[in-house]
Amino acid sequence: MSIEFGHFALVLAFALALVQMTVPIIGAQFKNDTLMRVGEPAALTNFMLVALSFMALTSAYIQSDFSVLNVWENSHSAKPLLYKITGTWGNHEGSMLLWVLILVFFGALVAVFGRNLPLSLRANVLGVQGAISCAFMIFILATSNPFARLDPAPMEGRDLNPILQDIGLAVHPPLLYLGYVGFSVAFSFAIAALIEGRLDAAWARWVRPWTLAAWMFLTGGIAMGSYWAYYELGWGGFWFWDPVENASLLPWLGGTALLHSALVMEKRSALKIWTVLLAILTFSLSLLGTFLVRSGVLTSVHAFATDPARGVFILGILVLFIGGSLALFAWRAATLTPGGLFQPISREGALVLNNLVLTTATATVLIGTLYPLLVEAVTGDKISVGAPFFNLTFGPLILPLLVIVPFGPLLAWKRGDIWAVSQRLFWAFGAALVVALLAFVMVDGASVLAALGIGLGVWLVLGALTDLVVKSGFGKAAPSVVFSRFKGLPRSVFGTALAHAGIGLTTIGIISVTTLETERIAAMQPGETVEIEGYNLRFDSLRPFTGPNFTEDQATFVLSRVTGKSLGEVVSSKRLYTARQMPTTEAGIRTLGLSQLYVSLGDQTPNGKIVVRIWWKPMVTLIWLGSLVMMVGGTVSLLDRRLRVGAPMPRRKPAVQGGVA
Amino acid sequence: MRRLIIGVLVAASGVLHLALQPAAAVQPDEILDDPVLEARARELSTELRCMVCQNQSIDDSDAELARDLRVLVRDRLKAGDSNEEVIAYVVDRYGEFVLLKPRFSYRNALLWGTPVILLVVGGVLIVTSARRRMTGGAVSSLSAEEKKRLDQILNEGE
Repeated sequence: MSIEFGHFALVLAFALALVQMTVPIIGAQFKNDTLMRVGEPAALTNFMLVALSFMALTSAYIQSDFSVLNVWENSHSAKPLLYKITGTWGNHEGSMLLWVLILVFFGALVAVFGRNLPLSLRANVLGVQGAISCAFMIFILATSNPFARLDPAPMEGRDLNPILQDIGLAVHPPLLYLGYVGFSVAFSFAIAALIEGRLDAAWARWVRPWTLAAWMFLTGGIAMGSYWAYYELGWGGFWFWDPVENASLLPWLGGTALLHSALVMEKRSALKIWTVLLAILTFSLSLLGTFLVRSGVLTSVHAFATDPARGVFILGILVLFIGGSLALFAWRAATLTPGGLFQPISREGALVLNNLVLTTATATVLIGTLYPLLVEAVTGDKISVGAPFFNLTFGPLILPLLVIVPFGPLLAWKRGDIWAVSQRLFWAFGAALVVALLAFVMVDGASVLAALGIGLGVWLVLGALTDLVVKSGFGKAAPSVVFSRFKGLPRSVFGTALAHAGIGLTTIGIISVTTLETERIAAMQPGETVEIEGYNLRFDSLRPFTGPNFTEDQATFVLSRVTGKSLGEVVSSKRLYTARQMPTTEAGIRTLGLSQLYVSLGDQTPNGKIVVRIWWKPMVTLIWLGSLVMMVGGTVSLLDRRLRVGAPMPRRKPAVQGGVA
Repeated sequence: MRRLIIGVLVAASGVLHLALQPAAAVQPDEILDDPVLEARARELSTELRCMVCQNQSIDDSDAELARDLRVLVRDRLKAGDSNEEVIAYVVDRYGEFVLLKPRFSYRNALLWGTPVILLVVGGVLIVTSARRRMTGGAVSSLSAEEKKRLDQILNEGE
């Protein structure tokens, strides 16, 4: 019964979305307040209806109601409760419903937090949000219905794909979607601005927090997916340049560019048209990512052609929204007036450079991802574009950009003094150089790249700190004044510093693990020992173990330093999920400082030994810690009162009331 | 089933259909005695695609075919081939699909050219538009009027 209730709620939500996409926009055209105000309750009700619909599906999963086709295909009664719940979005239909849930969630947020937006702007924004929800609701209802029944109901389900039965992947899709779909708000604001033909610094101030929030979630989602791949796939890779990963990286790169250009627009009224275009492009990349992942076109052009219903539908949505918004842009962009002037060497100039590089990098990843499809569609030839291509193109684009990052926040708006900034960065540069030299000596000069990369990371971190030091007037004023100035700095300054430092940490992690990683491959039997990077790993025992819905071979290793100090056990196993007869590796990972020792089991050899792969991953944890620092930076920046529209100006007396300024 | 043919999109999103199977890759018995040759073999392996996998190099994959290719690469190296000769040998037999880094060719011009073209064209556009605006020059930065309008808009709807 309840599943039909969910289905009905979704149909109702679709009908309501039709209202949400038409009435407020018409109201805005005719300056009719009553019609414009329809958007708000429509968005809120829409969220409630989709939430109900989603809960109906989740409850079917919790109850293991195998009379529901979707539950039968993706669940099993013996599955732990957590994975029953997360299994709701571990499949195509359910994940699309989650997509729509998050979309209407953002619509509701705009309705609630956008109360101080001009009425017509809010009406148009909610209208565009309504249009997007409409398209995806009809997609679910027409091609991907998760509420279909199965009669007679089977006794047992087919279980969730085992690699999805993992906390990392349970959290990954919601985070990723919060990011993907969050960019829809910036998109809607851009379309609304084009419809109204009004675009000013206030617009950028409204758009920035939404973009920032989406960017944070996407950062978290990507980092989560990367860490999951690292520990679950069994060989410790953290990024594969796989098309599906690229699909999430593209909106991230676009969103990063958008954050920076919106900053210029907010502060200096410049780059208006470009910012609107970026807002459109960023969400378009999210839509493209959804299309690539959901249509099956990536597996092969042929798979797409044999079952085209879903793919063609999303492609239609894609063409409609991207084509429509770009056409609107081309038509209306001329009405937007260009803004303030600036010298090439200035904060604006640095941000323009940032945008040039990030946009080029985005286009490079995009063309690399789509090129095999293009070539196959046009010539019928099959080619591959893999990691070596992306490393060779993306790396040289991004690394120089990272080198200049510390200069950006220190440059003045309008006209900057590059020499003064260089002097301020002298200590950061010197320290980074010393670290690079130390790294060079310590790794016996084996890798110049490693030393330079680590130096670059340190440069980014110290450069970010230098910004805080300079802005609080360190060395130029009395310590108490410096302290109060430091506390009085806008939160967004801290946010910037943290985000840039986070990028630095991630850079250190990526460079050290790709250049300094060591590996041992050995066929081992219990009692044997392998030495790696000053540690001894002794294979202790191999035992069978039975879990709730899997069986596994558990290998226990004893880890110690070569000097003899014991560091306890590392357990690595090969697991077999019984329902699907599907094997997975559960790597044994031991974190030692910032580095990790990664132990993975391979096949049995004919003489009864087992193949063991051991990797030393130096400073690998920094890759994800850096992402966390970026997210913290985003959060701190979101708390900046300047981003809270309508908030009164900051008090002129900082420091007295403590940190709550 | 230790094959890495990853069919349909099984799951929610993200990095899913990379490798649903655990990877085991290089086996101990494949490793060459000469560490220099072995290092070259590993380097070459990361550039060659496991043809039955979804976006995996033969270095990462434990499919039979990937193993065959790894052994083939090592045999060619032992026979004294240069890296380029090994690649050419493999491409002759398996086609360009096997290369994870596409060749510089007319067909791939757009692929390799995009980053360069965009950087140059974007750079030129930025410079010329900046010049035009510098010489046009009439527009001032945020004027008092504009500021007033900004405050107005901010306070609207309250």
